[in-house]
Amino acid sequence: MTAVDVRPPLVETRSLGKTFDTRKGLFGRLLVRGRHLIQALNNVNLTVDRGTTLGLIGESGCGKSTLARVLLRLQEPSRGRIIFDGEDITEAGPPRMRELRRRMQIIFQDPYASLNPRKTVEQIVSLPLRVHEKLARKATRDRVADMLERVGLKAAHLNRFPHQFSGGQRQRIGVARALILKPEFVICDEAVSALDVSIQAQILHLLQELGRDLKLTFLFISHNLSVVGYVSDRVAVMYLGEVVEIGPARAMLVDPRHPYTQSLLAAVPRLDAASGRRRTLLSGDLPSPLDPPSGCRFHTRCPHVMAHCRVAAPPLGELSAGHSVACHLYSGQRPAGEAS
Amino acid sequence: MSTPALGAANEAGQESILVINLRKFRRDRFAVVSAVTVVIFILMAVFAPLVTPHDPYDTDLLRRLQPPVWREGGEWSYPLGCDALGRDLLSRIIYGARISIFIGVAVVLLATVVGTLAGLAAGFLGGIVDAVISRIVDTLLGFPYLIFAIGLMGMMGPGLENIILALVYKEWTISCRVIRGETLAARELEYVEAARAVGASKAHIMTREILPNVLSPLIVVATTRMATIIILEASLSFLGLGVQPPLASWGSMVSDGRAFLLEAWWVSTFPGIAIFLLVVSINVASQGLRDAFDPRLR
Repeated sequence: MTAVDVRPPLVETRSLGKTFDTRKGLFGRLLVRGRHLIQALNNVNLTVDRGTTLGLIGESGCGKSTLARVLLRLQEPSRGRIIFDGEDITEAGPPRMRELRRRMQIIFQDPYASLNPRKTVEQIVSLPLRVHEKLARKATRDRVADMLERVGLKAAHLNRFPHQFSGGQRQRIGVARALILKPEFVICDEAVSALDVSIQAQILHLLQELGRDLKLTFLFISHNLSVVGYVSDRVAVMYLGEVVEIGPARAMLVDPRHPYTQSLLAAVPRLDAASGRRRTLLSGDLPSPLDPPSGCRFHTRCPHVMAHCRVAAPPLGELSAGHSVACHLYSGQRPAGEAS
Repeated sequence: MSTPALGAANEAGQESILVINLRKFRRDRFAVVSAVTVVIFILMAVFAPLVTPHDPYDTDLLRRLQPPVWREGGEWSYPLGCDALGRDLLSRIIYGARISIFIGVAVVLLATVVGTLAGLAAGFLGGIVDAVISRIVDTLLGFPYLIFAIGLMGMMGPGLENIILALVYKEWTISCRVIRGETLAARELEYVEAARAVGASKAHIMTREILPNVLSPLIVVATTRMATIIILEASLSFLGLGVQPPLASWGSMVSDGRAFLLEAWWVSTFPGIAIFLLVVSINVASQGLRDAFDPRLR
């Protein structure tokens, strides 16, 4: 980095929250008592700087995908604000959202479900163009063909249907659709998780290459730590809808602080098994988000649980520059008290 | 999954799902025979004036209750015998096929169009639209079909258009429910979300992304329902609430012969056999279609 970017971060969330109501319809609302609210996201504060990649890790059900959909306003947030390029888009109306959508896109996990089986590749990839740029048919076709070649497919594939492609090729179609409008912000929601490992590497390289060329900013969601560590500048870890630790990718992988991050890292298989790594094994299941634990949400499974943890939720506090953790273990080590 | 290997995909993949399904259908002999029977009935109905030996409305009192050809007093020019007014039964059955099939097709077509639109709107838009449509559907389904149709016919009076209307009033709920369910499932798929993420309009998502993917169960539903509608029309006509004389309808023909069931059983029996044959054929054929088209049975 030579010059400091003085512009605000591209994407920022402030105390973002999302609650789902499990009751269905009028009768459900009248009849169901007791717990019916799922807190999918709770007080999420994240920033994604321009041109960087923020990795987001967590178990399934922890709210990663909900965060992706709320950020794009595919689902409405229940609380908090979403700031995109300095603009509060939490309540932006449909016309404004439509304009913004060409600047933010998403690549989905399942390369089978994310492509309409009854449409040709041309129809699928050209949809963003048809919505946002009223081009002539020929020009649209040329743009789609260009984009296909950029993601490693051929113009000859234009008239084929999704079922005629392999998983990796389908994901390339999904990438082409997401990037054809040259967006600034791209969310990859488990974009490589459904693919074979060898294909994963191909798609990751493709994304990195296109990210450089098009100066993209990524939010890269995955449950796979090695994939996230490989592509990210910064990494955030979520547990039960909350961010428990966020920091530079290297620091997160080498020296994770939150017991949950440590246990996630310990679960990554390594070849040097003899290195005598400290293993933190988790016991128990992910608690139900319908009935989240009191205090620190991780206390039911934490190996270092203290009495205090069951009562008070630890705030996300900065340990060192850009590395924050929400855990009582470090409450005495905040920069303010570092002198001790 | 029927995803072909990549190398073969270019050849085999070009084939539409429809062609593959039709080939499966052809292997079911019983279903094919039934489908052929249905086609024969349809051809008979379409070309009725060309294939009937006599005018179905021509009365001849000398041939009153004339028996079919193989019984004493029968003759080849009137193979199935005559009714109480001396009209040729075969010709009337052929013309009756016109009424039955026309009403069946018209009711199912209208009901499917209405039901599809309503189901798509209910499933996709949800909320108050879904609540209103679903409550109407539930209410209509609470009425016994025939009683409901009899009530409506009583209000509107008999006649061809009124039968169709009376049946469509309730029939659309069938396809509405099917499409609503399919739409609810399709709405959550990632390709719909992708279209929303791109900024596509609701109209685009409903008609271009969802609709083409929810239509296939309707092929099976529509054929199955056709059989039910034909029975209902026959029932209404039997009760005298349907097609009015002198138009020939299988239901009213069965009803006409009721008074002579002991001395001239053929007047009621042959139209009854016609109803039976057509309905069973449609049901067996649609069962075959269902087996071929429903991926869950693969």
